[in-house]
Amino acid sequence: MDIHEYQAKELLARHGVHVPRGGLAYSPEQATYRAREIGGSKWVLKAQVHSGARGKAGGIKLCSNDEEISSAAEAMLGRKLVTHQTGPRGKLISRLYLEEAVDIAQELYLGFVLDRKEERVMIVASAAGGMEIEDISEKQPDSIIRATVDPGVGMQGFQAREIAFGLGLESNLIGKATETILGCYQVFRDYDASMLEINPLVVTRDGSLVALDAKMSFDENALFRRPEISELRDKSQEDPRETFASDRGLSYVGLDGNIGCIINGAGLAMATMDMIKIAGGEPANFLDIGGGASPERVAKSFRAVLGDKNVETILVNIFAGINRCDWVAEGVIKAIREVGVDVPLVVRLSGTKVEEGRKILADSGEAVIVADTLAEAAEKAVAAWREATKNKKAA
Amino acid sequence: MAILLNRSTRVIVQGFTGKIGSFHAEDMKRYGTKLVGGVTPGKGGQTHLGLPVFNTVKGAVRETRAEASIVFVPPPFAADSIMEAADAGIKLCVCITDGIPSQDMMQVKRYMRRYRFEDRMRLVGPNCAGVITPGQALMGIMPGSIYLPGRVGIVGRSGTLGYEAASQMKALGIGVSTSVGIGGDPINGSSFKDILQLFERDDDTDAVVMIGEIGGPQEAEAAIWARDNMRKPLIAYIAGLSAPKGRRMGHAGAIISAFGESAQEKVEILKEAGVVIVPTPASFGEVVADTLARTKKAA
Repeated sequence: MDIHEYQAKELLARHGVHVPRGGLAYSPEQATYRAREIGGSKWVLKAQVHSGARGKAGGIKLCSNDEEISSAAEAMLGRKLVTHQTGPRGKLISRLYLEEAVDIAQELYLGFVLDRKEERVMIVASAAGGMEIEDISEKQPDSIIRATVDPGVGMQGFQAREIAFGLGLESNLIGKATETILGCYQVFRDYDASMLEINPLVVTRDGSLVALDAKMSFDENALFRRPEISELRDKSQEDPRETFASDRGLSYVGLDGNIGCIINGAGLAMATMDMIKIAGGEPANFLDIGGGASPERVAKSFRAVLGDKNVETILVNIFAGINRCDWVAEGVIKAIREVGVDVPLVVRLSGTKVEEGRKILADSGEAVIVADTLAEAAEKAVAAWREATKNKKAA
Repeated sequence: MAILLNRSTRVIVQGFTGKIGSFHAEDMKRYGTKLVGGVTPGKGGQTHLGLPVFNTVKGAVRETRAEASIVFVPPPFAADSIMEAADAGIKLCVCITDGIPSQDMMQVKRYMRRYRFEDRMRLVGPNCAGVITPGQALMGIMPGSIYLPGRVGIVGRSGTLGYEAASQMKALGIGVSTSVGIGGDPINGSSFKDILQLFERDDDTDAVVMIGEIGGPQEAEAAIWARDNMRKPLIAYIAGLSAPKGRRMGHAGAIISAFGESAQEKVEILKEAGVVIVPTPASFGEVVADTLARTKKAA
């Protein structure tokens, strides 16, 4: 789960990380009022969306008077910001953050991630801040400093000092940098973060160390014990299809194709999507219906998939282990009758009680295209989708 | 004896009296697993499904000489249960639980290092379908009927995709020595490489099918190890060809976050290491059959 920059900065500030003075605004009037509160003569207005690379997309503006703040706020609010991280749909700007402008002497990079190879928290730092870490590792790989934390004892002072010295900071900044790095680690650990990125961490002309931007993501498996983080969820930043599904306990990821997928198991779901692609189609979504596919869950899944207007065919692929195909088939029929499915539907059942399941589908009288194997299911789904779109065009 | 598990392995269930634990305990017993008891703190002394219940894993090990444990404990308490098993001298722990926080798993892995390698418990999972040695024993949640006993090892992250592979093989009369689900989490107990090492040493396994997916470094690591150390054929499929970067595809670990983690990149790395690639998820059966036929001819 991602949070906004201003939320991450609030968490960090509580743990000894210096951030610029700033305030949240929902309107141009509020933004100019924030400027009075903060004081000074130059401010930066920043669109609060769950994405990096906001500057290039017009989501960050330097302002030096009320008019500039007001017109920049006017231009941003209610608009969708499209960056290379948001995809073409973009993300809605409904919150703005106004900050005092900082006089930058040097830009650094500081990141914390879960390193899957070491199975530990890894700190990545570089004196070449300001650009994305992918670019740093491509253009200046030698500038990257890494350290991993032993989860038994936590991050040690010497590790933070080594990074601070490695960044080439002046000796009067080493103490501040050490405090900043240890503070970030504390936040990462205490709130079960999965990613924390300060880019840039800046040295100002007056010799202080400030987190100019902050990005954080959290381990969704740990939210049960982090209610204060769960509260920071902003549904306006999510794909509405995904919000609908996650509110109903379904694991769903929206994509850009036309063939809706309802599958049990994440691996089989990915494999089925691959098969659709190989057969010449494009999946509209990833959906793992999970272990106990009750008729209610099947119906919810149909609602989630059909909520996407681009869906022109549905493929159901269930390999019943704990499930039973006859129950799944009953669920499918129930869903057709209750939810109303007006696109071609291909169903492939396999595993426990498969004969009974197929019989239920065949006897139902509903227009279900049945497939025996994974390959057949994907081919039939793509063929049905082609047929349906051809008819649509003709009509 | 295949790997990890056979008909004489003495197994206990942690989270024994819960709904899920009970359901699968019965299923495993029916399949032939030597189930000797279970653990539910506070219910020690009771009998459940005709087997003794213990308060602690140590108590269960003392009374039943259990060597293996399967964990069905809910996510907030699962890491604690795994560490309890490790400390009680359990040799194999299979954790089915989905949703354990990453930091808990980091602690588990760190904790297990306190034991000497020879005494260290082997953890499989979490968030996995478990282990099955067809015709002998089941420590997991997979449907036993889709596996034919045989001589091909399977190791994969996903449960149902593993079923798909096993059933395609069964349709062609190809059986399985042991199938191991290592789970879909970013930090797991046994890696692909760990399991390949066991299969390579196993006299009852002739070839191995590895079912990987997007995210993480484990498939590449396994391929490099296999190139340098494995004599048996390794056959692999990587799921997630159509997965976009930076999106979590169901499994907590199935997310492309670095170079070399997409399906296409992994397939390239595997190919270069000489691994036989299963091009589509519908061709597990035929690729395994071809590879076995070719190996036989060469021998």
